[in-house]
Amino acid sequence: MKTERVSDQTAKKYTRRSWLAFLGFFAAGGAGFAGWKWLQRQPLDGGIRGGIRQPLRDGLTASENVFTRFFNKARLVKEYPKTEAVPKPRVNGNVGLDPDLFEVADWKLNVTKADGKTLEVSLDELKGLPKTEIVFNFKCIEGWSQVQHWGGVRFAEFAQHYGLAKEVALPYVGMSTPDEEYYVGIDTASALHPQTLLAYEMSGQPLTDLRHGAPLRLIIPVKYGVKNLKRIGTVFFSEEKPADYWAERGYDYYIGL
Amino acid sequence: MPTKIIHKHRLATRWMHWLNFPLLTILIWSGLLIYWANDVYELRLGNLVLFRFFPEWFYKALDVPYRLGEGMAYHFVFMWAFMLNGLLYVLYTVFSGEWRYLVPGKGALRDSWHVVLHDLGLRKELPPQAKYNAAQQVAYSSIILMGLGSVLTGFAIYKPVQLGWLTAALGGYEAARAEHFVLTIGYVLFFVIHLAQVVRAGWNNFRGMVAGFEIVREGEPQPTQQTQES
Repeated sequence: MKTERVSDQTAKKYTRRSWLAFLGFFAAGGAGFAGWKWLQRQPLDGGIRGGIRQPLRDGLTASENVFTRFFNKARLVKEYPKTEAVPKPRVNGNVGLDPDLFEVADWKLNVTKADGKTLEVSLDELKGLPKTEIVFNFKCIEGWSQVQHWGGVRFAEFAQHYGLAKEVALPYVGMSTPDEEYYVGIDTASALHPQTLLAYEMSGQPLTDLRHGAPLRLIIPVKYGVKNLKRIGTVFFSEEKPADYWAERGYDYYIGL
Repeated sequence: MPTKIIHKHRLATRWMHWLNFPLLTILIWSGLLIYWANDVYELRLGNLVLFRFFPEWFYKALDVPYRLGEGMAYHFVFMWAFMLNGLLYVLYTVFSGEWRYLVPGKGALRDSWHVVLHDLGLRKELPPQAKYNAAQQVAYSSIILMGLGSVLTGFAIYKPVQLGWLTAALGGYEAARAEHFVLTIGYVLFFVIHLAQVVRAGWNNFRGMVAGFEIVREGEPQPTQQTQES
């Protein structure tokens, strides 16, 4: 810390300098505040209620571009012994799950193929594919988490079995409920992650609870719960980002864990 | 009458110090918007709940409810600025040699206890000091470590799969979230004491953090050496 003794004249200069510094200090503070106000005036992305300011969306997208580049498929979600799973997984969210407009018996999974044709797959056909079980800590974007036990067919094995090589070469997968009320967009790398399942079993039992997405739901442990679409109706593949229910309401699109 | 100019804080230090104020305000506020969506923490003594984080009136007063998406957007954008500022500060402090004033030396814990006693009016003399007294050294070094802690616990809950080793090292996903929260409460407590000490230390000390120097007329008591404390 340097200390100097100065004449009265120089001391006056310092006094003046300190006032200038305060002027600069308040100017910088004012500029920061103006920047904040500017941000609040920016248009909402997508223009819908609950969206976020466009510069923030651009920031999230920039992060996404970095994260998708470094996404390491070899990193597996931690698995737990079955005894640690909760017996009754928590229910959260019911968009697209109207019980009155849905008949499990009539259900088939619709996959839109690259040639435009629709592939229809029944639950029994899916159950004929190799089954994978996973017990992992399911994480909700709200902040809670719960160790849950799910079973089904790996999305990657499903795609391979039905010859969807051309489709999964596209960067995005879109899924929606049969009524198209709820829909998600997922980067294909995460969909093909070895722990991503088309799940038809919960807690070691057949998935029959409509609130949990019976008869078939997505379990994608490398994403928050909001991407784990319940009651899958349609699956499609795309060059562009598919619409995403919660991204339209201000959430990050990628939300990769 | 000669005047003493004490050159105290460098320009870079001042900028990085003050940038923390808006950045941390935004991060704590947006963190609150996120926390609200699963506000499970409380202080309890056995079965007795002493304090719930947070009461309804608190949320209402700050317009917190139902803004999770907004909170995440601000948090996950402004966190980069906070981290960059912190990183630059640490690099600058190391390479400029300023760390010598900051890092507590031998006997700093005993000395800082004496500073606390002095500030509470229970002890007359302050231990000898340079730019910062021992209590300041301990507090300012801790707050930098806390910043690092917030970054690490933050990443542990932000990318618990890709950075699974980090999450595990911090005691797991739920533990890391709680640690992230506790550190934030720590900042707020730090801020309250910091502010009180700045007010106590007075004008010249505050000028030091804005203009970089203190102006002391000879013959007057010297705030830096005697009571300066912020």
